[in-house]
Amino acid sequence: MISESFDYVRPESLEAAIHALADGGEDAKPLAGGHSLLPLMKLRLAVPTLLVDLQGLPGLSGVQRENGTLRIGALTRHATLQDAGLGVISETAHKIADQQVRNRGTIGGSLAHGDPASDLPTLLVTLEGTVTVQGAGGQRVIEAADLFEDYLSTTVAQGEIITEVRLPALDGYGGAYEKFTRRSEDWAMVGVCAVVQERDGVVSDVRIGMTNMGSTPLRASAAEDALRGRPLDAASIAAAAERADESTDPPSDLNATDVYKRHLARVLTRRALTRAAGIEE
Amino acid sequence: MSSVGTSLKRKEDPRLITGRGNYTDDMTLPGMLHAAFVRSSEAHARITAIDATAASERAGIIGVFTGEDLADVVAPMPMAWVPPGIEVKTPERWPLSKGEVNHVGDAIALVVGRSRAEVADAVDDVIVDYDPLPAVTDPEAALEPGSPLVHQELGTNRSHDWSLGGGDVEAGLAAADVVVERRIVNHRTSGAPIEPRSAIADFRAGELTLWTSTQVPHFVRLFMAIVLGTSEDKVRVVAPDVGGGFGAKLQFCAEEVMVSWASRKLGHPVKWTETRSEHMATCHHGRDQIAYVRMGATREGKITALHAKIIADFGAYFGMLTPTIPSLGAFVMSGVYDIPAVKTDIVGVFTNKCMTDAIRGAGRPEATHMIEVCVDQLAAELDIDPLELRRRNFIAAESFPHEVAYGIVYDSGNYQGTLARMLEHLDYGAFRDEQAELRERGVYRGIGFSTYTEICGLAPSRVTGPAGFGLQTGLWESAVVRVHPTGAVTVFTGTSGHGQGHDTVFAQIAADRLGVSPEVVEVVHGDTGTGPMGLGTYGSRSMAVGGESLARAAERVAEKCKRIVAHQLEAAPEDIEVADGMFRVRGTEKGMALAEISGIAHVRPELLPEGLEPALEEHAFYDPENFVFPFGAHACEVEVDVETGKVEVIRYLAVDDCGNPLNPLLIDGQVHGGIAHGIGQALYEKITYDENGQLVTGTLVDYSLPTAAELPSFETDRTVTPSPVNSLGVKGIGEAGTIASSAAVLNAVIDALRPLGVGYIDMPCTPMRVWTAIQEARP
Repeated sequence: MISESFDYVRPESLEAAIHALADGGEDAKPLAGGHSLLPLMKLRLAVPTLLVDLQGLPGLSGVQRENGTLRIGALTRHATLQDAGLGVISETAHKIADQQVRNRGTIGGSLAHGDPASDLPTLLVTLEGTVTVQGAGGQRVIEAADLFEDYLSTTVAQGEIITEVRLPALDGYGGAYEKFTRRSEDWAMVGVCAVVQERDGVVSDVRIGMTNMGSTPLRASAAEDALRGRPLDAASIAAAAERADESTDPPSDLNATDVYKRHLARVLTRRALTRAAGIEE
Repeated sequence: MSSVGTSLKRKEDPRLITGRGNYTDDMTLPGMLHAAFVRSSEAHARITAIDATAASERAGIIGVFTGEDLADVVAPMPMAWVPPGIEVKTPERWPLSKGEVNHVGDAIALVVGRSRAEVADAVDDVIVDYDPLPAVTDPEAALEPGSPLVHQELGTNRSHDWSLGGGDVEAGLAAADVVVERRIVNHRTSGAPIEPRSAIADFRAGELTLWTSTQVPHFVRLFMAIVLGTSEDKVRVVAPDVGGGFGAKLQFCAEEVMVSWASRKLGHPVKWTETRSEHMATCHHGRDQIAYVRMGATREGKITALHAKIIADFGAYFGMLTPTIPSLGAFVMSGVYDIPAVKTDIVGVFTNKCMTDAIRGAGRPEATHMIEVCVDQLAAELDIDPLELRRRNFIAAESFPHEVAYGIVYDSGNYQGTLARMLEHLDYGAFRDEQAELRERGVYRGIGFSTYTEICGLAPSRVTGPAGFGLQTGLWESAVVRVHPTGAVTVFTGTSGHGQGHDTVFAQIAADRLGVSPEVVEVVHGDTGTGPMGLGTYGSRSMAVGGESLARAAERVAEKCKRIVAHQLEAAPEDIEVADGMFRVRGTEKGMALAEISGIAHVRPELLPEGLEPALEEHAFYDPENFVFPFGAHACEVEVDVETGKVEVIRYLAVDDCGNPLNPLLIDGQVHGGIAHGIGQALYEKITYDENGQLVTGTLVDYSLPTAAELPSFETDRTVTPSPVNSLGVKGIGEAGTIASSAAVLNAVIDALRPLGVGYIDMPCTPMRVWTAIQEARP
């Protein structure tokens, strides 16, 4: 439980951080809240030679609303999001681990880590947000659907830093995140995030994201398709939820077989949609 | 004004909660080196080569040592307790493996260096070549002919068979109208104290000082002297602040030997602090028993006989007490019931897993779980209410001391009383009505009970010792009371507290007898160099044995004080009483405070009565006549989300009787922790190995210790049935909550699920296990 030795710098500007990462080469890693990276280092599953601590960078923290978009600085702590009154966004942040972790962990760090059992990647994929990254080659924006490649693997390139996360405010939508754990502080056994919009008596838009059902956060497309255009009622929701696990292949683990996870995905999808729709179950 | 009986807040807390504690790992000695262990990645293998070249050449590394270097460790790891009168096949165990590893985590080499980081790096550079051997992890498979053998030289995986019984069990079962047969698994758990194990050895000028996070400093001293080939007077063992034990630190550890050995060899202090992963893999585990139980009863619900065959999975080795742990369960196999015939047959088994040994309750939780679950199973079978069935079988309150079928004598009890008190807090009828109503709406609640007694206050030498049940020592306790010239008091106890609140309650006991405030009484424990020899803290013995020793030592000081006061005030010693902070002449205002008396005893010995020795210090050694038997009635209410299988404990009510309550606050603390431990086993915690013997639950991410968020606010109450065994009238309470609670939780889960066709389920009731049981029960 002691990491291998590494160098550490704490630059004071984004430019300096990008420089430091470039100079550090392949085994340099950015460090934000440290609640994903440091445990891996202690287990010696990650062995960076240089940590570039981003926590001294100015202007990368906080939430701003710009028209229909929420601009969230990459260093914004989960605790800040949890307390920001942002509906399903705050609910999801509140369900991450425990308060100590939420006080330290950051949205940028969690997304860059790309753990399919984490909650914020699912939120990003569900809401169809984007991340802005900055590297030696300049700035680019990555769509949620393009961000997560595989288990603990994203399309953020070596040397790039996530600076901002943009999420649509989705005014008029209902939303809910159902996270199933053994203990409240655990990673999700399965999680389901749902947002839904009703117009003219039918579902005009629905997005359902799933945590820990594959090597990346997944969308429950079949369930979404099944609900879109239907009345937002218990029967439609139940029917759609039955299709939540279609085309998923979740890995079995200590606490859940694939069969059980698929069952949970269906149940949690129904519960998330029901709550998002404001229906009493 | 008596302090005993009041909820004095813990004297140790201000220091501990403001970070001013002193745990072993907090200490740094000049010139101190650090140690880390190279551990087996294989469950079972012969070691064909160890290449430490690269590791040895790393900066800061002083040496890498293997089993071959241990020629001056003169004895293998000793055991303290072996069931007597039978052959117990015992594998030799050395602090480092000598050629073969028998479980993942088995220690292979010791790396010593200048910093903790450097030794951690060097461990990764020691290359071990293994010749893998077949491994066995399932105890029943290990008993099958043709199973891989954990220890080839023993020729079998079966360590021993041991039985305890009384009455004709087979006749009792034959005469029964109904026999409930169940296979009940009590799975493997970890003690998982918050402070992992840690030790610092400093060997200088022929004498060893060992600071170690232990519950048993005196045992460690004795055993260390044996294995290092020295004598006890050359060894001092200190347990500084210890951050929880739960039995995990009731052990003489290979790591303690190795840091001591390395300090002697290298002439420097050497420290080792385990990582959490190391703790999970190598500190002894608990439980791991499979019980085949038969409980017979008449149609009217009178239990006629109980038989349990227990397969106890010991893992790869024996620790201090390993083979006796299941036997401790056999001692309470009658539970709180008057059963004419009870028999326990124990089969001990080796597997390629970490050894098991005492974890909170040690044998009694397994037995109690089994009995209490079976009683509920029987109640369902007979269609009798589970509480009514219990009442029909309780040992009568007027029959104590009560000898159960196999000869153990319960000192006292009133099981009807604790149950009645419990029902004052619990409207059972209303719960049943609500339960039925909620089921209509698809909400599944259940209630489970556990009425228990346990055997604790581990002592009496006549029963446990070499002439009795085979413990290799007498099992008594000690105390010294020292009054300083100014009237301040230091008491020494041979017990070794590690979170229970000894500093507080021992002070209360002494304070009352000396007419002072507990504030002026300092309690010293856990140092073989300053206090009297004692036997440590486990088996809920600190109050019933250690507290009684202290009461006796304090009484002796008080008697001497009375003689001094009587002499000064020209009264008879028998007319002196302790009242209002004074030693007072009864019926008068005349008296002297302890400070005054101590001043005379130390400073003006010429004022002492003829023949009385100066100073004020007395000691006592106490070996009780019997164990003590706390008891109680617990109730647990759960709600099961039948769609996902998740169980939530919504209410937990405990009524316990531990005799006279010395400090109700501390008792509640012990009960709360004990219940959390039992709920942990029933719903969350499980040590899991895969079929190849790899440990799957090696961190606290996978080993699900419950947190406050998972637990309800516990409700506790007490009845008071003083123990006749000791003058304090106390019984231990440190393990009772754990012993009682797992059955209450499991019974509640089964009660909730019964309408769905689930009649039995093993712990831990994880969501997937419960969900699977519901699926399988569906027609």
